[in-house]
Amino acid sequence: MKILVCISKTPDTTAKIAFKDNNTKFAAEGVQWIINPYDEWYALVRAIELKEKDPSTTLHLVTVATADADPVVRKALALGGDEAIRVNADSHDCYYVAAQIAEVAKQNSYDLIFTGKETIDYNGSSVGGIIAGLLNMTYISLATKFELNGTTATVTREIEGGEETVQAALPVVVSCQKGVAEQRIPNMKGIMGARTKPLKIMEPVAIDMLTSVVSFDLPQAKAGVKLIPADNPAELVRLLHEEAKLI
Amino acid sequence: MSVLIFIDHTDGHVKKTSLEALSYGAKVAAQTGNAAEGILLGTVADDLTLLGKYGIKKINRVNNEILNHLDPQLIADVLAEVVKQTGAKIIVFPNNVTGKAIAPILSAKLKAGLVSGVVSLPDTSNGFIVRKSVFSGKAFANVSINTEIKIISLNPNSYQIQEPGGTAEIVSLDIPVGASKIKALSTSKSSGDIPLSEAEIVVSGGRGLKGPENWGMIEELAKLLGAATACSRPVADEHWRPHNEHVGQTGLAIAPNLYIAIGISGAIQHLAGVNRSKTIVVINKDPEAPFFKAANYGIVGDAFEVVPKIIQAVKQLKGAQ
Ligand SMILES: Cc1cc2nc3c(=O)[nH]c(=O)nc-3n(C[C@H](O)[C@H](O)[C@H](O)COP(=O)(O)OP(=O)(O)OC[C@H]3O[C@@H](n4cnc5c(N)ncnc54)[C@H](O)[C@@H]3O)c2cc1C
Repeated sequence: MKILVCISKTPDTTAKIAFKDNNTKFAAEGVQWIINPYDEWYALVRAIELKEKDPSTTLHLVTVATADADPVVRKALALGGDEAIRVNADSHDCYYVAAQIAEVAKQNSYDLIFTGKETIDYNGSSVGGIIAGLLNMTYISLATKFELNGTTATVTREIEGGEETVQAALPVVVSCQKGVAEQRIPNMKGIMGARTKPLKIMEPVAIDMLTSVVSFDLPQAKAGVKLIPADNPAELVRLLHEEAKLI
Repeated sequence: MSVLIFIDHTDGHVKKTSLEALSYGAKVAAQTGNAAEGILLGTVADDLTLLGKYGIKKINRVNNEILNHLDPQLIADVLAEVVKQTGAKIIVFPNNVTGKAIAPILSAKLKAGLVSGVVSLPDTSNGFIVRKSVFSGKAFANVSINTEIKIISLNPNSYQIQEPGGTAEIVSLDIPVGASKIKALSTSKSSGDIPLSEAEIVVSGGRGLKGPENWGMIEELAKLLGAATACSRPVADEHWRPHNEHVGQTGLAIAPNLYIAIGISGAIQHLAGVNRSKTIVVINKDPEAPFFKAANYGIVGDAFEVVPKIIQAVKQLKGAQ
């Protein structure tokens, strides 16, 4: 069994979101980077669990990022995995990232490719699907449960208005969300071991830029809260009805 | 050349997110001097000619039951053929569960630039630039799509449904459908009547409600308002509520017209998923709760006293209407 987990670095969830260079770039100065929570908590942990059940499993991590992602990759390796591959390029857009990962996948023919359901910075929710499209692999999105039986995956996924349990033969690409696994904290042994695990750097292949960010901006600030006395909640209902016209 | 809108359906019916996509696609077509047409795969009970009222003159169909089931590869293969036959240059998806599964694969197959999470009409004055939500609702990015075929996935509750009127002509396309590699074993419906991502009003509870036994008043208020229910992450983590109600940076991002937060502190990760709501009401006993900074209306008070009184007042209002 060969598993590839796609991970991305994202700003910490409490990071201040601001832009520079005429609002064309994220102001990353002083920002703490983390592994994208969906990648770490669900995709990576579930892959580690599968390897724990079947130690003959090969587990690779891949990220498309410049060298400043290395500490985050090491942190992921501290949780588990045999080696990491960093494609040395900016994560330009979903297609670019997915095409680089598809290239890595072609060289290693994985049975299983896991991604998080989306990154918490770009919110594209597309990398897994594009990889599947490029490699013509079965794609199961927004998984909330993942089981493996030989070469058959049984997956519970979100569908419109509910959930569905499906079965598919490997190889598959699966995007993972809450339910697939529980967040883990790396232990000392993991952290020490991660230092000596291979982190391979690969140069990117040439991929066209299908989209490009022109500028960023921030939502307008709220005008300020109108407080209603706690002993008169009916006033809130009146305002929502007559002023805001929402109920 | 045309704008092609993907029409999603569940249980035989076309849902609100698709009507938003149709309205949006009709407008994009008008703006770029194109015709707008829909594509519906699978079988439905609805009278599709009626979808014309959203400004769509033509609806293409591939009437094959296999396509009712979500197999993104299979569906994207069919769509790629539809795009070829119709000569579509702009493809619009609703950014719902189905759209998120299919649009990326179509993007790969057509090598067409995809932007998902789009929140407004494109700027076509100089190129083709769409605005999307990023950083989980904390910011927007204006993104240029550089390919000849463009794919847009429209966020729910971002574009108002428009009904200019009319009926649509239905065209059946004869496109072969392959065999699915995804076998369905079982399905379960989510608890609420109104899907959270589509709801116009959302009543949400946090850890301040102390325990799952206290959700009765949340559900009652939601029912009275025709609202969906949501919760903060710790509430889902402790299994007080199902995880599909969890909103925020690591849960669902929503943008209802009215978001009522009860006993939620308003942590930055929670706000990230709800701050695109048009109006926010906060009920919290702590006047220093950060949520008040993001609110339009607020009550500093004990939820267990305030919410029953709100329910009373809403009942009176609804009774008087
Ligand atoms: C990486 C990361 C991702 C996260 N993602 C999310 C996310 O997606 N969504 C999310 O919600 N959180 C998320 N969190 C957690 C977030 O930081 C907060 O811990 C969480 O939102 C707090 O939930 P809460 O407001 O329900 O609980 P608390 O912070 O405990 O707040 C409870 C509130 O209830 C009030 N209260 C208590 N009793 C009453 C009463 N009787 N009447 C009225 N008010 C009362 C209190 O004053 C308090 O403000 C994330 C955290 C991290 C680190």
